[in-house]
Amino acid sequence: MFSPFITHASSVREIMFKVLLALVPGIVLYAWYFGPAILVSITLASVTALATEAVMLKLRRRSLAPLGDNSALLTAWLLALSIPPLAPWWLVVVGTMFAISISKHLYGGLGNNPFNPAMVGYAVLIISFPVYMTHWISPHGLGQLELSFIDQLQFIFGGQLPASVTLDAVSMATPLDTLKTQLHGGHAIADIVQMPIFGYLAGHGSEMVALAYVAGGLYLLANRIISWHLPAAFLLTLFATAGIFHLADPAHYVPPLFHWFSGAAMLGAFFIITDPVTSPTTIRGKLIFAAGAGFLTYIIRVFGGFPDGVAFATLLMNICVPLIDAYTQPKVFGKKGSK
Amino acid sequence: MRTLYHFNGGVHPPTYKAESTRTPIAQAGLPSRLLVPLHQHAGSSAKPTVQVGDRVLKGQIFGMPEGSVSSAVHAPTSGTVTAIDMQVVAHPSGLPDLCVTLIPDGRDEWIPRVSTDYLTADHAELRLLLRLAGVVGLGGAVFPSDLKLRPGKQKVKTLVLNGAECEPYITCDDMLMRERADEIVRGAEMMRHMLEADEVLIGIEDNKPEAIAAMQAAVSASLFTKLEVVAVPTIYPGGGAKQLIRVLTGIEVAAGVRSTDLGVQCFNVATAYSAHRAIEHGEPLISRIVTVTGNVQYAQNFEVLIGTPVNELVALAEARPDTNGYIMGGPMMGVQLPSDRVTVTKASNCIIASSPALFPPPPAALPCIRCTRCVDVCPAELQPQDLYWFAKAKNFGKAQEFNLFDCIECGACSYVCPSNIPLVQYYRFAKSEIWANEREKDAANLARERHEFHLLRIERDKQDKADKLAQKEKAALAAKAAAAAQPQAETGTGSGSDAAAIDTLRAQVRETVRPDSEQTKE
Repeated sequence: MFSPFITHASSVREIMFKVLLALVPGIVLYAWYFGPAILVSITLASVTALATEAVMLKLRRRSLAPLGDNSALLTAWLLALSIPPLAPWWLVVVGTMFAISISKHLYGGLGNNPFNPAMVGYAVLIISFPVYMTHWISPHGLGQLELSFIDQLQFIFGGQLPASVTLDAVSMATPLDTLKTQLHGGHAIADIVQMPIFGYLAGHGSEMVALAYVAGGLYLLANRIISWHLPAAFLLTLFATAGIFHLADPAHYVPPLFHWFSGAAMLGAFFIITDPVTSPTTIRGKLIFAAGAGFLTYIIRVFGGFPDGVAFATLLMNICVPLIDAYTQPKVFGKKGSK
Repeated sequence: MRTLYHFNGGVHPPTYKAESTRTPIAQAGLPSRLLVPLHQHAGSSAKPTVQVGDRVLKGQIFGMPEGSVSSAVHAPTSGTVTAIDMQVVAHPSGLPDLCVTLIPDGRDEWIPRVSTDYLTADHAELRLLLRLAGVVGLGGAVFPSDLKLRPGKQKVKTLVLNGAECEPYITCDDMLMRERADEIVRGAEMMRHMLEADEVLIGIEDNKPEAIAAMQAAVSASLFTKLEVVAVPTIYPGGGAKQLIRVLTGIEVAAGVRSTDLGVQCFNVATAYSAHRAIEHGEPLISRIVTVTGNVQYAQNFEVLIGTPVNELVALAEARPDTNGYIMGGPMMGVQLPSDRVTVTKASNCIIASSPALFPPPPAALPCIRCTRCVDVCPAELQPQDLYWFAKAKNFGKAQEFNLFDCIECGACSYVCPSNIPLVQYYRFAKSEIWANEREKDAANLARERHEFHLLRIERDKQDKADKLAQKEKAALAAKAAAAAQPQAETGTGSGSDAAAIDTLRAQVRETVRPDSEQTKE
């Protein structure tokens, strides 16, 4: 045995578990506003992730011990939370399989993947199956019709809606999408945000889920599982970019708070860009990375063709991580004065 | 209140110090035999000056310092030298080193002890006395103290006295300060006098209120005006010399920089005590305070003669039956002893009896997830996860570029790693590989130099032969031509000029070889 002979009791398993725990309030509110379908996709993704992880470990002739480290579960949950709950079952399965096998294990498993696996899974799905990725449920109290849990299950697994119900009647464009189409239609921001779907800040229901993610994120910050630099730089840059556009042209660019509380901004700020494996390790690097992700999120949302920008912004910044780390090495003890 | 400074990171492991501070320091007494290694200090080994069969007195020199960095070693008691041979010493390698075996005669008879007044003595003489008294740093580095008291290029403004003792379990400095504060203070003042320092800051972690009170009382009672006891925050590794200097003075001593060049010097409190005993009482360093703790019935501090076997020492504290080994030093930076038959040296501040329950083997290491908890706690402000990556990939150049050699091996990174990666082991591995490579490179350069010289010599011999042949032919021709005329005197090359030629060639070769060897060393 070698020193140190004592260790502080903590483990990867515990860290990942706490992140899962921090997602729970968001999931509960999600289920409250959009029905229990999200629980189905989380379960599906979890089972698929563990099965894929097991198969990949077997193929790589590794011990099956990493199955217990909760990291595959976390990827599964994040992916499930990023795709529409009413998407067909195989969409979740394909996305999760891709995330775990290709973007995690082919790179060497836990700790070695350069890209956020959940975001890779999401990117594959949005590019390959864009139509299914629009099956967002109308929030509770806003849709023309609400599906029962049995109906939701039947649709997810069989693609069958009850007679005389159309998909359009139970699903709805997200606030981000609505904003885009309404703007294209020539409506002014001031009128658009009066629509019931926009809720108080940025989306009926979804803004509450976002707030729950913030609560979970604060829990992670308090437990020192994530560092404040990432969410702070991400949210401030997103806010500042949105603010500049809004100030320049309020008729066409929504106020920055909308960008904070719509789409995956809060999920991204506290749970996605904070993935330690795929983000920089230096303090300055974290600030640059997160600021870049915040800026790109805005650009992709507003000027791009995708419904949200968080996933692609994260992946684009993931590419830069080795470079950012290399150029942001801090000075070490005693060598700060010298060059 | 003095302004204290902050260093990055650090950890708060449980201290387990209460166990060994309940009773005063006890005398460990005379063991059945003493095994005194001749190499107990940084630098070169002391050269034995006794022979098997010699009767020696307590405090008599066993080994004289040899070379500029070295220190003397003494007989811890009176008795008979029964062996001078290679024995396993208190080092994790388990490699043997030259030791003197002494069987005590029980009379504990001292050599004549001479007290010196440091105020009137010449500083060089004081330093020589310390060297001959075997006074070395007792905080763990065992660097000869006389060398640290030499006047440097820059005036030493602050002398830092290290009573922080940040490692868990260890309480030897704490107890020494509680019980012998007066003599520590005298030693500190003597060191200040030798360095002509403006102030002495005695840093003690605030989890040792008794020691702080005792030291404060001793300072007030003394007539010394330039000493100050400063309570510093309890945090590991706040007792590292670099960290304590930073906390007390704000100065950061980088790796490879001598603290005296920045106007600071640092000694452990026990070293000050030993220096005082050496100069003012004429007692060489033959004993030290050792904390015996861990899986024992009676954890306690003992005053132990250097050379006392560990098994006899722990018997006094009654190691529990499930004890499976001994750690020398603390649980963060200590080393596992190769056997309990090795003996206490000047570096042995603490012996911890280990058991599977006390120090369970760490769980299997998992992949690094770059969580950077190690960065958060690193007192050297390194990127431990990068160093780990480079060390693992044997990319030693990159590891050096990322300041591997600034790592003080405090173990804080390993302590917090959620993946249980033995990070410090990787750094030690990388450092030793780099050292080995350097040695190999030096050896290769020497071999190349020799080889190139060899080639040059062959070339020169060939040339010489050819020259001689040509000369002979020429001479023969000339002789033939001028056979009748005046006979020519042969002027052969004298063998004396050969040596000079070789020297020039050697110099040439060196010139061609050296520049790039210097470069690669950079």
